[in-house]
Amino acid sequence: MRRPPLYRWLAALPALLILVGVPFANRVHRMVLGLPFLLFWIVCCVVLTSAVMALVGALDAKHAADATPSTPPAGAANSDGSR
Amino acid sequence: MNPALLVIAAFLVLSFALGLLARRGRTMTLEQWSVGGRGFGAVFVFLLMAGEIYTTFTFLGGSGWAYGRGAPAFYILSYGALAFSFSYFLLPVIWRYGTKHHLHSQADFFVSKYKSPALGVIVSLVGVAALIPYLVLQLKGLGIIVSETSNGSLSVATAVWISVAALVGYVVISGVHGSAWTAVVKDVMILTVAVGLGVYLPLHYYGGYGAMFEAIERAKPGFLSLPAKGMSPSWFVSTVLLSAVGFYMWPHAFGSVYTARSEEVFRKNAVVMPLYQLVLLFVFFVGFAAILQMPGLTGAQADLSLLRISKLAFPPLVVGLIGAAGLLTALVPGSMILLTASTILAKNVVRPLAPATSERAVGRLARGLVPAVALVAVFFTLRGGEAIVPLLLLGYNLVTQLFPALILSLPERPLATRTGAIAGILAGEATIAWVSLSGTTLAKLYPRWPSAITDLNVGIVAMTVNVVVLLAVSATTRGRAEAGSGAQPATATR
Repeated sequence: MRRPPLYRWLAALPALLILVGVPFANRVHRMVLGLPFLLFWIVCCVVLTSAVMALVGALDAKHAADATPSTPPAGAANSDGSR
Repeated sequence: MNPALLVIAAFLVLSFALGLLARRGRTMTLEQWSVGGRGFGAVFVFLLMAGEIYTTFTFLGGSGWAYGRGAPAFYILSYGALAFSFSYFLLPVIWRYGTKHHLHSQADFFVSKYKSPALGVIVSLVGVAALIPYLVLQLKGLGIIVSETSNGSLSVATAVWISVAALVGYVVISGVHGSAWTAVVKDVMILTVAVGLGVYLPLHYYGGYGAMFEAIERAKPGFLSLPAKGMSPSWFVSTVLLSAVGFYMWPHAFGSVYTARSEEVFRKNAVVMPLYQLVLLFVFFVGFAAILQMPGLTGAQADLSLLRISKLAFPPLVVGLIGAAGLLTALVPGSMILLTASTILAKNVVRPLAPATSERAVGRLARGLVPAVALVAVFFTLRGGEAIVPLLLLGYNLVTQLFPALILSLPERPLATRTGAIAGILAGEATIAWVSLSGTTLAKLYPRWPSAITDLNVGIVAMTVNVVVLLAVSATTRGRAEAGSGAQPATATR
């Protein structure tokens, strides 16, 4: 089995920000956008998760396309070109 | 009958109609009925999964916990995001393996991986045991909605009986197709209602979010951050971690993985679902808005906060629409849960024990078990006084114990043996059962340990016991060439 590419570790970032970050973000002030700081922190982590997963997904698609010599047409089913 | 109840009844009829329409022209084999023939695209799988995620738990439980507990409720918003990023890597593996081997259920996966029908039965029983509190909380929610909108003219018990009749009827009529179609209606409604209430109530009563939270902080200092003891940051972090890991261990969530047409579905979901989670934020706002407007709901009564403040703020017709959204958020997941539990019992418990049973007989049995499972849930609903969120936490503790055996079965050379997996799961579940029945906590057992440790979710302790037993037993049994060997590598396509 090949080693997974390094960029995949990006996916761990939001998890770390929640699991390690929350004890440090556990404050009410200062409020941001009307939200207590802790809630604001968590909302940011959730949004970041989505962004990071989109990025990892795009890189994975690119990676799979590069790995297969017969590149599938761009935009078409970029599943993983391995079937 | 008051207008609010009429609106709710109308939506109930609509969901039945959708269930019937979805069924038309299809012969319902067990596969059709339970995994929809494996032909669902991104949108449907998304809705099915969302259908399971946005349940009464989020709607009434989420607002109830924001109202009653404050900041600890934020854990509900956190674990989903973790689970989705994790699912990006996990679900395609499960899907590929399941599709290749024509698997229908979570138990099938374990049976196939570990070559152990006994493990399949154990996994199934764990799944059903965990689904019961999940079903109980949906019924509790339905009961609350019906009795609150009737202004007390229907007692909670009557409301629960009406709800369970609706639920059973719905499942028997429609199976999984009905769930998917009603999920569309439900998601539109719940989005509208949650966002609508979450925007309107804070603005109407406080003039804005900042003003609302400042007012709460003045009235209840510290309510909007995690306390130093009890539901402290270490409770929060351990609960988020356990729930994220347990997210796809639910038999219905695991089963819905197989309904996907391709694995691309999961990659899309990992991006969209976290954003969809943000609906929860508005649900919290509703609970927070109710704190100062509707004070005095204590304990499990906090789950009433959303409906109580809605009745305060809106005319009966609007309350009816809110109640109808609530009805659907209980009906869709409730039907999935009921369907899953009875299918599992018939197919993964009874059939392995009585292998002569024909496919048709299993299908009939699954349908026949629907009312039986529902009655068990009614029994617990009418008996217990638990709030909605603790019920789900119990279910999570039970299913999470399946996680180590699942993960360790994925490598080409599985790290766990059949005996190890069984021993680990049983040890973990026994710990959960002991802790839940005796009401023990780490803080009670070891009062002098620092609270950073004693506040940990007790599921972590059970998980540790589970993993230690699993690895120890696997190490001693490995030499006997009994492991679900690497004959079928899990990740065939890479």
